[in-house]
Amino acid sequence: MDIEALKYFATVLAAGLLTGVMYALVALGFVMIYKASGVFNFAQGAMVFFAALTVAGISDKFGVSLWIAVPIGVVVMIVLGFLIERIVLRPLVNQHEITLFMATIGLTFFIEGLAQLLWGSTVRTLDLGIQDVPFKWLIDRTGILISQFDLIAAGICGLLVAALALLFNKTKIGRALRAVADDHQAALTVGIPLHYVWGVVWAVAGFVALVAGLLWGSRNGVQFSLTFVALKALPVLILGGFTSVPGAIVGGLIIGATEKLAEVYIGPFVGGGIEGWFPYVLALLFLLVRPEGLFGEKIIRRI
Amino acid sequence: MTVAQGAGRQIGDVILKVDNISLRFGGVKALTDISFDVREHEIRAIIGPNGAGKSSMLNVINGVYTPQEGTITFHGEVRKDMDTHQAAENGIARTFQNIALFTGMTVLDNIMTGRNLKIKSTFIEQAFWFGRARREEIENRKKVEEIIDFLQLQSVRKTPVSRLPYGIKKRVELARALAAEPTMLLLDEPMAGMNVEEKQDMCRFVLDTNDQFGTTIVLIEHDMGVVMDISDRVVVLDYGKKIGDGTPDEVRSNPDVIKAYLGAH
Amino acid sequence: MIYREAGQYKTTYVSDSQIFPIAQDRYAVAALLVIAFLLIPLFATQYIFSAILTPFLILALATLGLNILTGYAGQLSLGTAAFMAVGAFGSFNFMTRVDGMPALVAFILGGICAALVGILFGLPSLRIRGFYLAASTLATQFFVLWALSKVPWFTNYSTSGVITTQKVQILGFKFDTPQSEYLLVLAIVAVMALMAKNMVRSNVGRSWMAVRDMDVAAEVIGFRIMRTKLTAFAVSSFYCGVAGALYAYCYLGTVEPEAYSLDLSFRILFMVIIGGVGSILGSFLGAGFIVLLPVALSIIVHYTGLPNSVTSNLELMVFGALIIFFLIVEPHGLARLWQIGKEKLRLWPFPH
Repeated sequence: MDIEALKYFATVLAAGLLTGVMYALVALGFVMIYKASGVFNFAQGAMVFFAALTVAGISDKFGVSLWIAVPIGVVVMIVLGFLIERIVLRPLVNQHEITLFMATIGLTFFIEGLAQLLWGSTVRTLDLGIQDVPFKWLIDRTGILISQFDLIAAGICGLLVAALALLFNKTKIGRALRAVADDHQAALTVGIPLHYVWGVVWAVAGFVALVAGLLWGSRNGVQFSLTFVALKALPVLILGGFTSVPGAIVGGLIIGATEKLAEVYIGPFVGGGIEGWFPYVLALLFLLVRPEGLFGEKIIRRI
Repeated sequence: MTVAQGAGRQIGDVILKVDNISLRFGGVKALTDISFDVREHEIRAIIGPNGAGKSSMLNVINGVYTPQEGTITFHGEVRKDMDTHQAAENGIARTFQNIALFTGMTVLDNIMTGRNLKIKSTFIEQAFWFGRARREEIENRKKVEEIIDFLQLQSVRKTPVSRLPYGIKKRVELARALAAEPTMLLLDEPMAGMNVEEKQDMCRFVLDTNDQFGTTIVLIEHDMGVVMDISDRVVVLDYGKKIGDGTPDEVRSNPDVIKAYLGAH
Repeated sequence: MIYREAGQYKTTYVSDSQIFPIAQDRYAVAALLVIAFLLIPLFATQYIFSAILTPFLILALATLGLNILTGYAGQLSLGTAAFMAVGAFGSFNFMTRVDGMPALVAFILGGICAALVGILFGLPSLRIRGFYLAASTLATQFFVLWALSKVPWFTNYSTSGVITTQKVQILGFKFDTPQSEYLLVLAIVAVMALMAKNMVRSNVGRSWMAVRDMDVAAEVIGFRIMRTKLTAFAVSSFYCGVAGALYAYCYLGTVEPEAYSLDLSFRILFMVIIGGVGSILGSFLGAGFIVLLPVALSIIVHYTGLPNSVTSNLELMVFGALIIFFLIVEPHGLARLWQIGKEKLRLWPFPH
């Protein structure tokens, strides 16, 4: 293999991995909610869209800078998180997981409709002030093309993951959260306010959605297609295991990298556009071998 | 003779024999080297403290679990592992410890599911409700009605099972098992959680089943009074091992059994 | 006092095993069929046929298909539209490639294509459950649509990807007016609904429900889990496939992959939830509800003077809110409400 082909491969791989970081970020929101409340939140993608559109809409309509719009967005997402817990999930506690899943599909439609009703359906731009240009240092040294924006985005994701790890492991609410994730009933008997903890989880998931929405939105424009990110997160979760934070990150990277590689190297032979289903096929094949995912807990069924 | 009832039935030859059955889940030994046999038309009880492996034993007999060692001989056919479906086809029916009824269906439909192996028409014939499909449905309905009469479930025939009280649910589960006209019936704690009247009813139904249909019965039960009254022979399990086997009187005087039950060392 | 079963004694199991054991129900169904086949064609306008009644019936058929799989057999599917697409493209190819292929046969063959694809994509359900299965049906959705748009053979090498359907002709009669298309769809849907009702009250229906409710017990009783699940996938996909073919031939007039998007899959799932999970009647109620809701909303928006763009977003919100509402308040949907109403009526006016 000649060196140019290798460089090209590295460029594609890097681009895929960085997209994977984004997937991981969205999947992270899923994992938190799933771990704490057993809900598979299909609406995570809609929340990403809603968050990005809210920030962009506020800054466009009222002409305020992002320094004001983003904090408002954070508050909105936290309120939204608590509201969802109170209105949708609390009445459905102890229902079958499929019922909860379908409820979040309903939630998806509601949030999508609400976002566009409030801020309109036009594509908005979001400028975080980071240029989407190739990273000069790297291209000079190695000839591998990586966007500066992607690198910074990856850095932000890393910071967020670290912050979440701190929140879970070092704070009181984090301890409560881990207790709830382990066993609802036991947590309840030792006096942990279950609904409050769930509210917090949804709020944090809302915050993660906001970060994901800002990054994706400023790169590709804030538009309806942001919601499709949720569809990518599903194979990521199957791969990584529904309950594992490291799984979400590794799964995201794998899916991001392989779908790009598949698109570039297999796509031309089959007419392209295979990104839509390739992650699923990969995840499902994996599922047949290891049903609990890379890092998930083994599921034992009893009769 | 401890068998007071059952004047009309003749205990026959061995129809089920388990030999040296061992079952492990990972490192946990659920059953170790269990052997016993069941004779035709008899009522065979399996007793033992909680976690002794009684339910696991039933699950091995009808193929839900696959034992690592040992053989199961049913009607003279020796197997390493019973296939669930084959067990049903060979006339083994069962009830479950935690009622396993089909909660979304009526009592009638639940019992009708017990007849499924008797129905030969394809789903396409059933879609047209034509010929064989219609005839089978009516014939099997008649049989189910006999069982409904037998277990006195007439008044709840069309009630969804989720609305029924616990005791009746247990009875519906028995009805579903009986609908298959089994040669052998496995009952997993048929009287657990019942009050005295309900237990008496259930005892009567079990004895009547044994008496009228000649069904061989293997049952797990915690109520010693019931076990000693109705069973012909008793197997005692403790920590997955067999510690006693014989008539109720023999088992009652077995020192190992007394130790297991009283916890004396 | 009108809806009463008092005095209707069943003396044989034959009469108790009828499809509608209560006489009033039989009259009601008969009346409904008379209205649908005779009265509506006399009075309805072109718009009502082509914008409301025909899509309602077609979507009700697809909902019925999904309800067989999700409601009766307990396997959640998010790929309904993909199976519809297979039906549509299957019918199209049979009509195109086989000379003198009768339309009805082509629809059935399209349905059989969908059933085969359904069996293939139903195979994972033997090992996985819950939203793992939902994910695998999503994969079906994406993969099938991708294949239909990328493999030129399926579209008969059409360059635009949008193909006008052939005219539907049965025994020399052309179905080319909205009214005749409606009647054709109505006849097919009525027959297939009857067949579905027969299946769910027979052994195959009980096997689906048994596997849904308690698969281990079902197996112990003698149902074969694999066969049961795959039958459910096949029958369900057949219904969806026929619905998809009708959608192309009697509603859209074109065959194109884009018409069978994920959004359509979700809408059909909503029809199942709102209409009633595990109910034949519910499939019709749900489809009717979701077809009429946007119409009602656009009228409301029109009269309140809001801009028209509001309608589609409001529609999304109302759909979403209703799904959540029904899941919380009445998980068995409109069909259950209807049943409660009937039970009240049976006792009325002496409820005690």
